[in-house]
Amino acid sequence: MKFFLKSITLLFFLTCIITSCSDKKSSATPTMGENAVPATDDYDPNRGEGKFNESNLSLDGFDMAMAEKGESISNTKCASCHKITDERLVGPGWAGVTQRRQAPWVLNFITNPDPMIDKDPELQSQLELCLVRMPNQNLSEDDARSIYEYMRKIDGAK
Amino acid sequence: MRNQVLFLTALIFIISSGCKPRNAATAVSGDMAAKAYVAPGQHDEFYNFVSGGFSGQMSVYGLPSGRLFRVIPIFSVDPEKGYGYSEETKPMLNTSHGFVPWDDLHHVESSQTNGVIDGKWVFGNANNTPRIARVDLKTFRTAEIIELPNSGGNHSSPFGTENTEYIVAGTRFSVPSDYAETDIPISSYKENFKGHISFVSVDKTSGEMDISFQIRTPGVNFDLARSGRAKSHGWFFFSCYNSEQANTLLEVNASQKDKDFIMAVNWKKAEEYLKAGKGQKQKVKYAHNRFNEETHTAESTIKTEVTVLDANELKDICYFIPCPKSPHGCDVDPTGEYIVGSGKLAAVIPVFSFDKMIKAIADKSYEGDYQGIPVIKYESALYGEVKKPGLGPLHTEFDGKGNAYTSFFVSSEVVKWNIKDLKVLDRVPTYYSVGHLCIPGGNTRNPYPKYLIAYNKITKDRYLPTGPELTQSAQIYDISGEKMQMILDFPTIGEPHYAQAAPAELIKNNGQVKIYKIEDNKHPYATKSESEARVVRQGNKVHVYMTSIRSHFAPDNIEGIQMGDEVYFHVTNLEQDWDVPHGFAVKGAANAELLIMPGETTTLKWEPDRTGIFPMYCTDFCSALHQEMQGYLRVSPKGSKVPIRFSLGKNVEN
Repeated sequence: MKFFLKSITLLFFLTCIITSCSDKKSSATPTMGENAVPATDDYDPNRGEGKFNESNLSLDGFDMAMAEKGESISNTKCASCHKITDERLVGPGWAGVTQRRQAPWVLNFITNPDPMIDKDPELQSQLELCLVRMPNQNLSEDDARSIYEYMRKIDGAK
Repeated sequence: MRNQVLFLTALIFIISSGCKPRNAATAVSGDMAAKAYVAPGQHDEFYNFVSGGFSGQMSVYGLPSGRLFRVIPIFSVDPEKGYGYSEETKPMLNTSHGFVPWDDLHHVESSQTNGVIDGKWVFGNANNTPRIARVDLKTFRTAEIIELPNSGGNHSSPFGTENTEYIVAGTRFSVPSDYAETDIPISSYKENFKGHISFVSVDKTSGEMDISFQIRTPGVNFDLARSGRAKSHGWFFFSCYNSEQANTLLEVNASQKDKDFIMAVNWKKAEEYLKAGKGQKQKVKYAHNRFNEETHTAESTIKTEVTVLDANELKDICYFIPCPKSPHGCDVDPTGEYIVGSGKLAAVIPVFSFDKMIKAIADKSYEGDYQGIPVIKYESALYGEVKKPGLGPLHTEFDGKGNAYTSFFVSSEVVKWNIKDLKVLDRVPTYYSVGHLCIPGGNTRNPYPKYLIAYNKITKDRYLPTGPELTQSAQIYDISGEKMQMILDFPTIGEPHYAQAAPAELIKNNGQVKIYKIEDNKHPYATKSESEARVVRQGNKVHVYMTSIRSHFAPDNIEGIQMGDEVYFHVTNLEQDWDVPHGFAVKGAANAELLIMPGETTTLKWEPDRTGIFPMYCTDFCSALHQEMQGYLRVSPKGSKVPIRFSLGKNVEN
């Protein structure tokens, strides 16, 4: 028995040697998704995560031409899943979204959906309801801003 | 107690084999797996583009892991991707013989700039119905296919020059010229059969191919080819066998002579003759098929003329260099000075010197001529011979450090030898019967001498057996040290012949397409929003303008189709996110499915064979509601009163 204990000790010792001996390869570093914004612990559920914030977003006045451009883009890229009423299709209807949500949040979400779906508590509960992750439709910042103007139009902006 | 002793002995054994300085044998087994291991989520170091042989396709693997990423359909239909089945891709497989659904792809070649791989395109040859294809490495799709007239068995292809000025195609089976009398006795081979070598130009920017000229030669079998590089840029070298000009039992009758030839072609000279109008325009027929990235549609054009230069009349384009016993591989080292011929029935590997060859031509050091083409004296072009290298030498690749690696089919081995002193340095077995070899950049000015891959013809007992038909295989060797070390053995599709490999960074960062921008979609039947989705009858043709997005089609209820109709489903994938294709299939379709990339429009032709209700659905699992992505089609008898009507989200209106 005593010998057995000794061999256990020895085994432990040897395991250490073997481990240290084979530990040559450095561990792999995880790579980040290409569209990912560097993660911060302080996710802001009001602003969302992305390029838009209060300082780079001007909502002064209402631009009808921009809203019309937004409507045309959304016909191709959004309307398959979103109605402009409050009725849910694949995703929620757009009516009232500019009141429910702050502008930077909407713009960040439609240009940077995947990281926000992973972090935003409300988007996660939305996902439980809709079951389809909102696709990244590769909107340019300008496209997104036009779509937001169209959303304002839907909500009565003039 | 005895057990404990055994236990200790075992432990001591583990330590001694695991940690102590190793002998060669344990070193091989010790870190072999680690060298080929690429951790989950990590990327490989190299892309490997491998010919799919009789599958007609090209496969894309990672090195050193041997993981298969993609099979690119080229010369054979691929129902999985709708290639050759969708209306847009059918023209890609058009030839002067009509639609040809299969071929045999043997060799691949990378596009090069200044003698190094530039990551733009990969070319492949069709051996059976002679063609060359260009694959665009931004999309990993076949962008263009050009047919070659006056050819039979396009084996000596698609090898390219240093700046991809040309991709060549030499006929393996000499045949009567298409523009001459062709209904003639086979036994008149010697009088009537000719070789034609095509020089296909490649546009630097668009990549578009064109048969710039063909060189007519005596009728022999052209086997493989390599362009000169650096100092020998401007020359091309073709191995040829059957200088006996046999037309039956070649196994015996084409193996009579001690030496066949490597044919050296001065293509710069040929260009001069072409410019000077020395070519003859000949009536032929061949197809030229191009895939348009904006309309997502291929177009096939039949061309009817080719310019032919006669090597017999224009004396200083072609020269024969004698090469022992039916040469197969014909490979040029990175400096451009050494041309390695591999006589597959020979006991030596002759290495020719470009400088000596040029001098021999200047001195007219000829032993005579072969059907009017000068034959340079063997010794006048020879640098030296590798003696007793192995049995059945086939192909040679280079490491850029002065070494060559030659495959030996009969003795199933790879032999490393030094080009300067012609001494054998190392040999390793392959399992079994190796054909081609590939070192990344191993046929360029600048090889990446880290791995060598051997592509084998026979696997026998290497894998779990699968009945009479077994997998093909490749084996990777680490060649970074003095000795070659096998690190991985992996199965491949088809029969792998030649391959190319390029650094991952070069191909990854070449501006690869992730989605087709919906704004740029110029397909005549594109549907860019659900509000435009519709069904239009034109006589007995019914066009369905359909969209797909996670997770529904628009429209998804269609009525008013009648027996005798031809229904065209033009499906536009409205997704604009990477890696979100949608599939499309209809019950009873006599062709295949569609697989539609984001922003793309693709068309499936469908002809009903009976009345009734036909479901259609998305075949590519796209979201949690993928199983809901379906629709119905109603087929009524011919002349029925049911009008064309369609809907989404509600019932069709009566």
